[in-house]
Amino acid sequence: MVGLHHSDVKNPVLHWIDTRLPVVTMIQKEYGSFPTPKNFNYFWAFGGMAMVTLLLMIATGIFLAMSYTPHITMAFDSVERIMRDVNYGWLLRYAHENGASMFFIVVYVHMFRGLYYGSYKAPRELLWILGITIFLVMMATAFMGYVLPWGQMSFWAATVITNLFSAIPVIGEPIVQWLWGGFSVGNPTLNRFFSLHYLLPFVLFGLVFLHVAALHITGSNNPLGIEPKGPQDTLPFHPYYTVKDSVALCLFFLVFAVLVFFFPDLLGHSDNYIQANPLQTPPHIVPDWYFLPFYAILRAVPNKLGGIALMFASILILYALPWLDTCKVRSATFRPIYRIFFWVLVVTCLVLGVVGEQPPEGIWVPLGQVATAYYFFHFLILLPVLGKLERTLPLPESISQSVLGGGPLPTGAASKPMEKA
Amino acid sequence: MMRTLRPTFIGAALVGAALLGASVTAAPARAEEAPELPSVNWSFSGPFGTYDRAAAQRGFQIYNEVCSNCHSLKEAYYRDLIGIGLSMQQVKDIAASKRVPALDENGQPTERPALASDHFRAPFPNDLAARAANGGGLPPDLSVIVKAREGGPDYIYGILTGFVDPPAGFHLMPGLNYNTYFAGHQIAMPQPLRDGTVTYIDGTNNSIDQEAHDVVTFLSFIASPELEERHRMGIKVVLFLLFLTGLSYAVKRKLWANVHH
Ligand code: HEC
Ligand code: HEM
Repeated sequence: MVGLHHSDVKNPVLHWIDTRLPVVTMIQKEYGSFPTPKNFNYFWAFGGMAMVTLLLMIATGIFLAMSYTPHITMAFDSVERIMRDVNYGWLLRYAHENGASMFFIVVYVHMFRGLYYGSYKAPRELLWILGITIFLVMMATAFMGYVLPWGQMSFWAATVITNLFSAIPVIGEPIVQWLWGGFSVGNPTLNRFFSLHYLLPFVLFGLVFLHVAALHITGSNNPLGIEPKGPQDTLPFHPYYTVKDSVALCLFFLVFAVLVFFFPDLLGHSDNYIQANPLQTPPHIVPDWYFLPFYAILRAVPNKLGGIALMFASILILYALPWLDTCKVRSATFRPIYRIFFWVLVVTCLVLGVVGEQPPEGIWVPLGQVATAYYFFHFLILLPVLGKLERTLPLPESISQSVLGGGPLPTGAASKPMEKA
Repeated sequence: MMRTLRPTFIGAALVGAALLGASVTAAPARAEEAPELPSVNWSFSGPFGTYDRAAAQRGFQIYNEVCSNCHSLKEAYYRDLIGIGLSMQQVKDIAASKRVPALDENGQPTERPALASDHFRAPFPNDLAARAANGGGLPPDLSVIVKAREGGPDYIYGILTGFVDPPAGFHLMPGLNYNTYFAGHQIAMPQPLRDGTVTYIDGTNNSIDQEAHDVVTFLSFIASPELEERHRMGIKVVLFLLFLTGLSYAVKRKLWANVHH
């Protein structure tokens, strides 16, 4: 592999660089001519949106960090100073705070897109695994970010969540004290959370790079869930999808702008505008909205250890999804039964979100338990069994054939093993 | 694909909306007897909202004459008052009439007149002193109080106008006061506003409703001094993005016109 790259780039400076380090060629190959299925719908724009959001979080975060003070006596006031005294500080802060929400909205849609169209199936298992890892790191980043403004919810959410680890037998207590750097959430905790909150987004950046690299090996899935058969099924990424993704990005920024400029505190919790007070527990401790389904799962079992085990399991189970779903057909379009259960799962997750918001009493307890049970049932029992039993619809011969309205071929043709891979 | 997706998607969205609705309607049931908040028409609500300058200035007069005896406003500076339409000279005069802690040339604690660049003077040196002076109750800092309570300005308005005689049989602890909107109804704050508590410089009718309305307008300004700039910028940004969305969609339509997909 040693030797200069034979570059086709015309511009002399770029040519000089490209000969020695073929980044220009790489960008052209991966984002210019990259063959992309021509039948994407707008759900395929959410990955790009997530990438833009990550960059936006890093950009706003770096500027926030210039004026933020990670000390328990000053953090709350320093955030208020950002809002009042830093030039456009309110914009930075509201963009960062609401950006976290937008990030999760976009990533949730991105993930459910994958569930609907079977994007996690062979050969894209590793791509999916990297995605779940990104999701985990994102959650850790957001959790630690939420602690930084040092409001009541910051403090108490940090206390509740870190305390969970104390349920682990024998080593639980030492682990919690180690996380805290003391005997309660305090200044050392705030300091390390700030340090990690600054670090993890760059870890995310690396993971996203691998995620995209893996994507460019397997190529994208598409709404039909069948592989492109040749050039007639694909389009170069640029300009077709750069332009289509731009439309989606504009809409994304519209929603984002309406939140930031007109409803900046809509998704936040009013208690977080009260400075943290270790002596006063708020009547009702809730995490940010994007953690609510997991919070509901956590509280679905009366046992603390059982609760955390289930909560972590609910995410870790997604790692096994490519092997739990035994059906070879990817897209729910051709899986009439799965399609129904997919929406049942969506509703289940929404129910869990609502339950997570409520105090654990009355109807909410059994509702949360049923929804939690169903969540695990979906992945552990339904998917393996359904894959064996479901009669899938005939797959189209190819993407362009389906596009031109030729209609699906008879079942025999559709079940060619190659189609199902 | 969108064709097969759409009905189910709408179905799920409806179920989701219904659930959210259920959770919202279920919320008051949780807070038990939490009464519905008064709904006031605020000049600063909505995307075009701005602060009613006259109301905010009257509100400052109330804060200055009444609330500032107990409540600090630690995030705000005297210079912020320019934002409600006072002149720099007025702000300097207001600041100069307050005395803030300082050190003299021997390093001994003393006081000096405040400057426009100073934070609002706090009524008590620390929380302990504040509690001691208020029968054990701690008057919270009011800098972001409007953002720190569910219901925002309506809630604060409710607290200020919600002092009534306790219902028959209600056991009120000594030193506490009955308030319709306060959680548990027993609040350590004595009723701060009544009809005629302040005499407005501009001659406005000084009913309790007017006073509460004005001080909440002022506190909302202090909580979000950036609101007007935010709204103005927001409208420009949204209009620009609408234009850009339209433009990019037109480009996309043109580019994709010959692709069968
Ligand atoms: C005599 C002292 C005093 C004065 C004057 C006073 N307050 Fe208070 N205020 C308190 C105390 C004490 C509390 C704490 C109440 C509690 O926690 O039970 C309080 C609490 C509050 C709260 C918080 C209620 C909640 O939901 O926790 C608000 C809002 C408030 N005051 C607004 C005002 C405004 C506006 C004024 C001026 C019109 C004012 N106060 C004047 C003593 C005072
Ligand atoms: C993955 C990307 C990121 C996510 C999901 C994220 C999430 C969050 C969240 C939820 C908050 C609390 C917001 C609030 O309540 O005010 C926060 C605050 C903060 N973040 Fe981030 N963040 C990310 C990246 C970064 C980066 C790269 C930096 C820069 C080093 C940064 C610096 C800060 C600072 C200084 C605060 C405290 C100020 C504030 O509360 O507004 N963040 N973050």
